Amino acid sequence: MSTHIASVYDEDLKYLTRRISEMGGLAEQMVAESVRALVNSDLALAQKVISDDTILDEAERQIGEKAIVTIARRQPVASDLREIMGSIRIAADLERVGDLGKNNAKRVIAVATASLPRQLARGLEHLAELALVQLKEVLDVYASRSPEKANSIRERDNEIDAIYTSLFRELLTYMMEDPRNITPCTHLLFCAKNIERIGDHATNIAETIYYMATGAQPVGERPKDDTANTVGAIGT
Amino acid sequence: MNMMSEAAVEKALDQKMNTVPFKMIGKDVSVYYGEKRALFDVNLNVRENTVTALIGPSGCGKSTFLRTLNRMNDTIDSCRVTGKITLDDGDIYDPSIDVVELRARVGMVFQKPNPFPKSIYENVTYGPKIHGLARTKAELDQIVESSLQKAGLWNEVKDRLHESGTGLSGGQQQRLCIARAVAVSPEVILMDEPCSALDPIATAKVEELIHELRTNFTIVIVTHSMQQAARVSQRTAMFHLGNLVEENDTDKMFTNPDDQRTQDYIMGRFG
Repeated sequence: MSTHIASVYDEDLKYLTRRISEMGGLAEQMVAESVRALVNSDLALAQKVISDDTILDEAERQIGEKAIVTIARRQPVASDLREIMGSIRIAADLERVGDLGKNNAKRVIAVATASLPRQLARGLEHLAELALVQLKEVLDVYASRSPEKANSIRERDNEIDAIYTSLFRELLTYMMEDPRNITPCTHLLFCAKNIERIGDHATNIAETIYYMATGAQPVGERPKDDTANTVGAIGT
Repeated sequence: MNMMSEAAVEKALDQKMNTVPFKMIGKDVSVYYGEKRALFDVNLNVRENTVTALIGPSGCGKSTFLRTLNRMNDTIDSCRVTGKITLDDGDIYDPSIDVVELRARVGMVFQKPNPFPKSIYENVTYGPKIHGLARTKAELDQIVESSLQKAGLWNEVKDRLHESGTGLSGGQQQRLCIARAVAVSPEVILMDEPCSALDPIATAKVEELIHELRTNFTIVIVTHSMQQAARVSQRTAMFHLGNLVEENDTDKMFTNPDDQRTQDYIMGRFG
């Protein structure tokens, strides 16, 4: 795209883009580390994730402030306006991703006392891998602003939802087997839910990018394969 | 004059703009200044009780188009207009049209406030007098009050109606010019950068006025301020090098314009 007549304006927009990318990288790293801490019962790593969250929170605030000041000074319109509004929304989604990673990290202490069945850890890792791939791809799409790719990410969220539902069932069986599993399994259930949410945020970001690029909202409901909320209901 | 009730106007606004009927229709309008062609087959329609903003870089033809709507271009000898412009289905370039009467129906407000060097009262009554719209002093008084009311100036000048119009502040002078245009009960008001000589407060007052006037009048405004176009209009037309590039709902125009040239212009980018 052609540059602004006022070059400082371009600098402001570039600043937002750069900070969003930084936030994305950090959020991604926090999620990966939180799951590694969980699987390996690594308390030190969990602690690092918890303290990293303040950096992410601060970055979101700075992006918000820059966006407000840019709107006030430049009265952006059309794709500039969508760009700035998109930055605010994406920063909020990434901040939430960080929070979810942090929440996983906090649960490491509780889960670490119980010995985690290897297979369960595998399932959780697999879920996290998918969510992380989605997050990574969405950040790449953010750099390229391709509406087609944004749409394809949005359509893939149901993979994560399906695995989350199967993990949910698996955790239930562990709890039924031995009541002593209930505490760690409940924590793991929250962890799985957190990771599933990360996929939702990645999808939100994909939708925001689609809007930034085209000025239109993506059409149709996003695909949903999350049936965990009906597990145990009669007839399921 | 077409007086829609306020509720009817609001309702019309709620509906999609494209259901509002056309007040003026411009078909294949071209304008030549001598050999030089300034407008190229512009097809632009003006909707009733709507503020239509004309935007575009200097020399793009937006003011030229505006001036074709009440034949102000007639005052320039070398100027030639082709195509067809209608006001309520009547061809305004038809030889049988009385230009003075046309300009009473399609009034104009200019960039620089240009009150007559006469009293405030006489500024407003000048038009009604020459058009024979009032016979008695009481009728003229009535027109002066209602016009100044509509222009949002009445409370500021009611105690000094016989002082000179040129003694008012710039913003007040511009609103006096609007009162003068309104006094002859036009159907359409053309505004050529009405706020470019005004400070932000006076500009806000004129913009508020434009918003109110829309209930009773159809307004076409040329402005260099993108923000002003976004604030006051419901439809926006973008001109470039004598061509109409895009005409759209203002909301659409400023969030997601169809044409790249519109995009570049309103965002202040190099095309």
